[in-house]
Amino acid sequence: MKARAAEMQIRALLPTVIVIVTQLVGQVSAQGQTPARGNAAGVTPANPAGAGRGRGLGAAVNSRPPSDPAQVERGKALYSVRCTFCHGADARGGEGGPNLVRSGLVLNDIKGESIAPVVQNGRPDAGMPRFDLTVAQIADIAAFLHTFRAVGRDPARNPPPNILIGDAKAGQAYFNAKCASCHSVTGDLKGLASKISDPKTLQQTWLMPGGGRGGSTVVNVPPKTVTVTVSPVQKFEGRLERIDDFIVTLVDAGGTSRTFIREGSTPQVEVHDPLRSHKDLLPLYTDKDIHNVTAYLATIR
Amino acid sequence: MKHMKELLFVTAVVLASELVTGQALDPAELLKPLSESWPTYSGDYSGKRYSALTQVNQSNIKNLGLVWTSRITAGLNNAGGGGRGGFANAAAPTIIGGEGTGDLNESGPNSRSSRIVSSILEVNGKLYFSTPDNAWAADARDGHILWHFVWKTKGGTHTGNRGLGMWGNRLYLETPDNYLVCLDATTGKEHWHKMLAPLAQQYFSTNSPIVIGNHVLVGLGNDLDSPAFLTAYDPETGEIQWRWYATPQEANDPALKTWANLTAAKFGGGHMWIPGSYDPETHLYIVGTGNPTPAYTSKSRGEGDNLYTCSLVAINVDTGKLVWYFQTSPHDTHDWDSTQTPVLVDAPFNGRQRKLVITATRNGFFYTLDRVTGEHLVTGKFSPTANWDKGVDGRGQPVRNPAKDFDIAGALVSPTNAGATNWMPPTFSPDTGLFYVTTEDSYAMYYLTDTDPRGSMGLGGKDEQAAGSLGTFLTAMDYKTGKIAWRHQYPEAGAWGGTNVGHALITTAGKLLFGGDPGGNLVAYDPATGAILWHVHLGEVSGPAQTYMLDGKQYILISAVDSLYAFALN
Repeated sequence: MKARAAEMQIRALLPTVIVIVTQLVGQVSAQGQTPARGNAAGVTPANPAGAGRGRGLGAAVNSRPPSDPAQVERGKALYSVRCTFCHGADARGGEGGPNLVRSGLVLNDIKGESIAPVVQNGRPDAGMPRFDLTVAQIADIAAFLHTFRAVGRDPARNPPPNILIGDAKAGQAYFNAKCASCHSVTGDLKGLASKISDPKTLQQTWLMPGGGRGGSTVVNVPPKTVTVTVSPVQKFEGRLERIDDFIVTLVDAGGTSRTFIREGSTPQVEVHDPLRSHKDLLPLYTDKDIHNVTAYLATIR
Repeated sequence: MKHMKELLFVTAVVLASELVTGQALDPAELLKPLSESWPTYSGDYSGKRYSALTQVNQSNIKNLGLVWTSRITAGLNNAGGGGRGGFANAAAPTIIGGEGTGDLNESGPNSRSSRIVSSILEVNGKLYFSTPDNAWAADARDGHILWHFVWKTKGGTHTGNRGLGMWGNRLYLETPDNYLVCLDATTGKEHWHKMLAPLAQQYFSTNSPIVIGNHVLVGLGNDLDSPAFLTAYDPETGEIQWRWYATPQEANDPALKTWANLTAAKFGGGHMWIPGSYDPETHLYIVGTGNPTPAYTSKSRGEGDNLYTCSLVAINVDTGKLVWYFQTSPHDTHDWDSTQTPVLVDAPFNGRQRKLVITATRNGFFYTLDRVTGEHLVTGKFSPTANWDKGVDGRGQPVRNPAKDFDIAGALVSPTNAGATNWMPPTFSPDTGLFYVTTEDSYAMYYLTDTDPRGSMGLGGKDEQAAGSLGTFLTAMDYKTGKIAWRHQYPEAGAWGGTNVGHALITTAGKLLFGGDPGGNLVAYDPATGAILWHVHLGEVSGPAQTYMLDGKQYILISAVDSLYAFALN
């Protein structure tokens, strides 16, 4: 998942690190253990796109064969009458009944064979009545249940809430105090909200322009530069191409690439990060500051 | 009973004959401090990754040079492996197992099956290592591949594989589709395989099995909500000996009071996907547990601590019962697993020698505990930017600040979801008394997207967007104070990206600290100061730095994606 964090600095990254990033993007998850992106049944009626953050191709998700649409429709109708009240229309739990999507029994079931005994006998100890459904009917219900994507994050379930909750006026005051020394809403930021209409994208963009995850690329961010001082009279300056403890490469104004071996503090290397001020502010913001500034910038059309 | 005796006799004979061949791992080797061989995940049971070897040391490190390199070829399409030198050599045999069709197996340079992040066993001159669905044996003297085992997968998350376990002449591999595969170390042929958990419930297995006595300890992964457990298997037969669940599965469990109800607890997560460490004196296997689920929209879990998720737990290996626990992240709300390798150290503390366990967890906190009792001794922060807590309580645990859980409009939280550290093994040097760990000071916006706790599951409920990194570091921690002793910032390095990036560390009695860096170098540092003593650029270092001694020569071993490199003194 931090693949995503890795993306953020992509512009400033060294080529080697870009390799790492490329390999990681969309592949790693939270724990580093990425959820298999769903029970590849995937064909949730509500969720046809099936977009996910896991890497589809290599993720090697266990898959179910595609279900017969007519059977799914029959199952849906039966489910809505018999099951929805307790287990919820989305099968994630309702009045008293557990979430069926993550139920081990349902996940292990193939075509109703594990579900049938429970439905036909009920679970008296857990308050579940028995249902007079035939094996064929339960197979229909199972087919419907198996269309739900068993995943934690399902954007189709929850349309993104509006994040514009800040106070634009307070945001303007904050902007004038902290941002106006570098930026102007009538200059470099003119029409910002017209270029970036989605508030969340706008917020991610101003927090870390051109770098943060989820930001817009319409904002131009100059690259990191570096000054390499070989001797008091020999100084090289240019775009930072690559740096680690042992080497630094820059491309100067004439397009010439120069590489220097580093040995401790020789030569002297000074990196200039145009986003330094944005980084320095990260430990200082309150969440309220952030929401307010976003509300203010959303008015800059 | 008679049966039992026969079985024991047969086992003894099998073991004895295997020992005679000179390949098998002598069980006594597993109890020794890390030195000439590397017979288990961390080199020894302590998790210190501190080698007693001194041939390579500060005075001669400048003469460290390449001895051999060897490349692997993962997957089914390529018979054998790399490292086959001249035309006179026979191709290494490929052994194929598995219950899948092979269609889902990965191969090729960018595949995760071609990326070595595993610890590499070194036993009697042979190396044994693994990637998802693949295992290899190689000659430790020149890297020549001896055999290649491929498992035809049925699926599961193929994020990485942490390594193999060894018992006698047998190796144990976990596969992404949840099988424990027992291989013959000499031939790579399969003895048996056992299903660990149903793939349909979205379990996946990346861990390195840990062999202790006649137990093979296996933890799994799962990013839905399926119950988390550690299981002991019989190394001979693969039968289950005991199973410990990370969260309550029964109504009479005392930990249940830390959950809203039994259903929440059952589906509460806590997967142990990185090996723990073992104390032979107390028979305690000490392991970190994973995050609770649902990870973000946590209301359905109740307001309690959600035991034993995000905890250090001590399990008696003979009984499979919990002896003590210390929760490193009570009621976690950011998917920050506490699965980092715990490090067992005997060292002075407040004027007397103590048996300690040390851990630096993904949430940015550092802990020193008494490993016999679990008594809390020290809490510190190794990532100064971590901002999700309101301080430390009387139990030594951070108190979470609910305002930093997440927010519909976004909460700016440090660390990011990848954590202030992650799976990469730390190291401890008794010479310096310092604990070393790869760390990052980073921020992300955590947006709450799932406002309906009823249906939240797994890792869902939020949208986490990185906002910036203030640096990645090699950090040295003082176990007595919980304070940073020193740290070395990797110049301009980006966020590391989580679980498949290396920078696992090792220290040696030669007063050296080795690790990969984000620039793709293998670097030797002075463990006292962090001063750089030696380096070589390999392109990208993916796995842990390791060391072993063979024919009087000390090797430094490192994996760089699909290649192994071994160095020794010129």
